[in-house]
Amino acid sequence: MAYSDKVIDHYTNPRNVGTLDKSSHKVGTGLVGAPECGDVMRLQIEVNDENVITDAKFKTFGCGSAIASSSLATEWLKGKSIDDAMKIDNMDIVEELALPPVKIHCSVLAEDAIKAAINDYRVKNGLSPIETAKAHH
Amino acid sequence: MNLPIYLDNNATTPMDPRVLDVMIPYFTQKFGNAASRNHAFGWVAEEGVDYAREQVARLIGASEKEIIFTSGATEADNLAIKGVFEMYKDKGNHIITAVTEHKAVLDACKHIEKLGARVTYLPVKEDGLIDLAELEAAMSKETILVSIMYGNNEIGVIQPVKEISAIAHKYGALFMTDATQAVGKIPVDVNTDGIDLLAFTAHKIYGPKGVGALYVRRKGPRVKVTAQMDGGGHERGMRSGTLNVPGIVGFGKACELCFQEMESEAKRLSALRERLQTSLLELEESYANGNQEHRLPHVANISFKYVEGEGLMMAMKDLAVSSGSACTSASLEPSYVLKSLGLSDDLAHSSIRFGLGRFTTDEEVDHAIAVTKKAVTHLRELSPLWEMFKEGIDLSKIEWAEH
Repeated sequence: MAYSDKVIDHYTNPRNVGTLDKSSHKVGTGLVGAPECGDVMRLQIEVNDENVITDAKFKTFGCGSAIASSSLATEWLKGKSIDDAMKIDNMDIVEELALPPVKIHCSVLAEDAIKAAINDYRVKNGLSPIETAKAHH
Repeated sequence: MNLPIYLDNNATTPMDPRVLDVMIPYFTQKFGNAASRNHAFGWVAEEGVDYAREQVARLIGASEKEIIFTSGATEADNLAIKGVFEMYKDKGNHIITAVTEHKAVLDACKHIEKLGARVTYLPVKEDGLIDLAELEAAMSKETILVSIMYGNNEIGVIQPVKEISAIAHKYGALFMTDATQAVGKIPVDVNTDGIDLLAFTAHKIYGPKGVGALYVRRKGPRVKVTAQMDGGGHERGMRSGTLNVPGIVGFGKACELCFQEMESEAKRLSALRERLQTSLLELEESYANGNQEHRLPHVANISFKYVEGEGLMMAMKDLAVSSGSACTSASLEPSYVLKSLGLSDDLAHSSIRFGLGRFTTDEEVDHAIAVTKKAVTHLRELSPLWEMFKEGIDLSKIEWAEH
């Protein structure tokens, strides 16, 4: 199976690899997936007082498409408001990276990671987690 | 050095140019049907097949009359298992095999289960070898066939074939082995090993694709299999179909070359493999899978913990290797062979199989070492699991959201 140029680009030059201070109340961390399933994503966001995401970092254990999906997600998250970030749909990632059907679960995982990070941030700041309506699995 | 480097010789091998040379005339001038008994074109083709049959038989210590040419090892496995069951089912309906067999064996067994066979799938120990006591305990008066592979395609472990055949024979059962990965790589002898049926193929030993053989013992005991393809009664009635003469001639030459060069080649490859494996195991948290003593000289299967196999292969684009990672299979399940060794799913996902071959050079192995080390290190920098491991977090204590 050949990878799309965009997957190769994100895989070869992943954006925003790293770790934010997960104890900070400004930082939300989403850790999704399972080692047994062959992919684990950790996505972190840093949010300012205006509810805007000022920084995003990721680390991913997984295939090239999983790494590319999380790299792309961090790129999209930076500068977005929390509300807009919640609107990122896995199919946007599929389209942008031209993922084949067998790799759609990588984009789903990235969307889950975004939502998990946002909810972690919300809970830390005394807000209730947002129910994620989509049933993916 | 040409890139990418081919290190997937358990999947298939490049054809040796010496094999191609002998095949070419059989496509054009010597194109006859080996079954045409009444003219020179047929005789010439038949002569080519006869000679190849001797070359193939010699490699496994058989007589040329015991070689049934097929389209490959998958067909030979199917013919052996289905053909023995059909031929001997009045004697008993029990067959014993192992969970780490190739799908050609496992799925043929699944097929005959539907036809009334009872199949025991023996587990393997942590090192990939079957437990002989467990085999013996599974034997019964009903057992007509024990089918255990010679060398494993994923981890390269060599089963104790002599001991297995002795147990099978003690209980009056036949012993069949899928020797696709072993023939031509290590000495295989149907008589000293006590083999009654043996499946193998040309393309794993630098011959052409599309041709293989089933060895069927003729003496002590005389074994018969029921044909699975009906037609002109070729191959002593066991496999109909016009013979693939150029393929068979190439198969013969490939066997002859292995017969002549195997001993020195095995030494060379095993030294190269050791160099590769020793260097790669210098990486933290990397593990060699399968029994390290009883194994094929050219295979190394290594798990690099905390990186995922497919992602890793993408970073090693200079190398053609394979992985037990689920992402490399359509089923999204990691390798059943590695899982049956008791390897956790995450280690199975992290495995890479390196398969060296006749044309692998020292320089290529050194490059493979460098590329792999760099890729593993790079991907670990991206891996949240590696970071957690380094922080001393016990990953087994985390409640993962399985998806």
